[in-house]
Amino acid sequence: MTGKLNGFFASSKLFIVAGKGGVGKTTVASSLARLATTCGLRTLLIDVERKHGIAKAFGVDPLTYEESPLIAADPAQRTAELVGRTITPDDALVEWLGDHGLRRLGDRMVSTGLVDIIATATPGIRDLLVLGKVKQLVTEDSYDVVVLDTPGSGHAISFLRSPLGLAEAVRSGPIRRQSNEVLGMLQDPLRTRIVLVTLAEETPVNELVETAYQLEETVGVALGPVVVNALVEPVPALTDFEGSLLSVRERRAVEKALAFETARYQHQMFQRQRLATVLPLPQLRLPEQPGVTIDRAAIVALAETLGHELASAGPSL
Amino acid sequence: MARRKPPARSKEAVATAPATATAAATTVDRGMRVRTDPRFGDLIRDSRIILCCGTGGVGKTTTAAAIALAAANGGKRAAVVTIDPAKRLADALGLQGLTNHPVEVALPDAPGELWALMLDTKATFDDLVRRHAPSTEQADRILTNSFYRNISGALGGTQEYMATEKLYELVNEPVDAGGDALPPFDLIVVDTPPTRNALDFVSAPERLTRLLDNRVFRALMAPARGGLRVMGAASQLVLRAVGRVIGGDVLSDAVAFFQSFEGMEAGFRERAQEVLVLLRAPSTSWLLVTTPRQEAVEEAVFFGQELVVHRLRVAGLIANRMYPEFTPLPDLTPDSRRTTAHTPALARVHRGAVLAASHREALQPLEAVLDGRPVAFIPLADQDLSDLAALQLIADVLIAS
Repeated sequence: MTGKLNGFFASSKLFIVAGKGGVGKTTVASSLARLATTCGLRTLLIDVERKHGIAKAFGVDPLTYEESPLIAADPAQRTAELVGRTITPDDALVEWLGDHGLRRLGDRMVSTGLVDIIATATPGIRDLLVLGKVKQLVTEDSYDVVVLDTPGSGHAISFLRSPLGLAEAVRSGPIRRQSNEVLGMLQDPLRTRIVLVTLAEETPVNELVETAYQLEETVGVALGPVVVNALVEPVPALTDFEGSLLSVRERRAVEKALAFETARYQHQMFQRQRLATVLPLPQLRLPEQPGVTIDRAAIVALAETLGHELASAGPSL
Repeated sequence: MARRKPPARSKEAVATAPATATAAATTVDRGMRVRTDPRFGDLIRDSRIILCCGTGGVGKTTTAAAIALAAANGGKRAAVVTIDPAKRLADALGLQGLTNHPVEVALPDAPGELWALMLDTKATFDDLVRRHAPSTEQADRILTNSFYRNISGALGGTQEYMATEKLYELVNEPVDAGGDALPPFDLIVVDTPPTRNALDFVSAPERLTRLLDNRVFRALMAPARGGLRVMGAASQLVLRAVGRVIGGDVLSDAVAFFQSFEGMEAGFRERAQEVLVLLRAPSTSWLLVTTPRQEAVEEAVFFGQELVVHRLRVAGLIANRMYPEFTPLPDLTPDSRRTTAHTPALARVHRGAVLAASHREALQPLEAVLDGRPVAFIPLADQDLSDLAALQLIADVLIAS
């Protein structure tokens, strides 16, 4: 299993986790990052929205622009350190201005509202600044693997398209250079893979397929496996012994509950098959979580499941 | 599990026994109202505008359409405005597609009317420019400016701004249904953009006017009145820096854009003010939409708090994707003698019951912000929204009276 996993993580350096809101992107990004560390790879998990999902899951303080440990390295288990940080556009802009000799103007630009105006004048610049910082981190040797949790709500396409749009809008200068460099990273399968996440439901599957084709065609980015999240197990039939334990009214409720679960299972199977037909990518399956919160133990367990799924996926990885 | 639970309400139950569902309408569980609440009927009847807010992926579009459908069933002329390029919604409504102008949905049995439209940010912005421009030439100058073309797309708060603008138009002006002028709608249900910050939606109308008021841009507009030399040295320094960052051509487009806006700020500012009054009107209801996911609930709490801060009325909560409850279930806790390895099916049912309970529990943080306002639970469906019948099921859950 380890060989295959190492091969997967050696195939690229940056894994961008994308999908519709509510499908479990943050959970999958966290699990994927954790999985990489169990292969002994030093991994950075990046949040671009300063949502607190990652920090909550790992039970740490909210992430900041500074790197902070999520799970310490464990030499006995041969797991490497997992580090997290945010990259928000405003922080990235201030840093970028500094790198371009404009730090002294930073404060003035903020106080006059000029930052907003620049962002308005050049749509996509916020996204580009974030991706530019990601590129810098991917290029540096500090990490073996970088996992990026993308903004939700279907913004993945505009987020990843930003360097293309800017390369068209801005004809010269440092932004143009930055756009080209970021685009170079995104279009290089040896550096970047997209991991799309979905639920086995009609709408998320449709959006995932649409996103997949758009990303491939317009941005030219390589697609990795698809993660199908929150799957339920096949439903066992009610045995005679079980039936004998129930009153008539209880039995009716239990049968309804089982029928509901069966319909859900069948619908998920149908959607998975439909997805496989329209988007021939390996599918990695993750189980439905019993509660509404995800904690560190859940991430560790999900990472393990993800590892088994990757190891048993076809050779097309 | 020992607590008394109201009767189960699966999708199937909704379809076959709507009468029993009504009986459960006001059952109270842990201090929170569950199922639906007759007050939703009042809310849909009495509101002029209903805005659905929540984070991405909680089912805002579907919820908004179901509310408009419920209103049409009650005899109203209702319109649903979606922000998403929701092909799925168009399909479900039996429409070819949605445009910036309302299209009527064929509802043979409803006494009212259901209309649907999709916000076209750029087209709405273009209309707004034409309305405020003193001359066609000035409007054309703006519409062809590349800075304008950048900001008039679905970027940087423009979408939120145009959503409120469209809302204002729909409330106050005759409906332009492909050439026919119809009276304004009785109810407009809006699916708000999935912004991280509810403030964006509320403050969006003020944002462009703030941009027009910006000191630096006042300076930028100065060249029209005498060239760059009249600007302060500091402003020039900033401008030169900006030019270095984003390129001189972008900057000159921006300058031309703001110059062509001269004299129009007052009109925009006035309109922004009117929109804000509309958003605060007593007949405007803000509904929080969530799922039991922790993140979605946290966002809903945040939205709710923001609404309160901005003196906007939180009218209620729609909780989507709630695991349905099936009762009466036997005691299925793992330590009970009945749930063992020999009872896999019962263990499975128990798992569902635990999930249902955790979904209820997950909504508790919303109690404070709701302050007793009605809550509707929409059960997790084993299928997705695919046609009008599916929307009808949700509409029935909302108005079970």
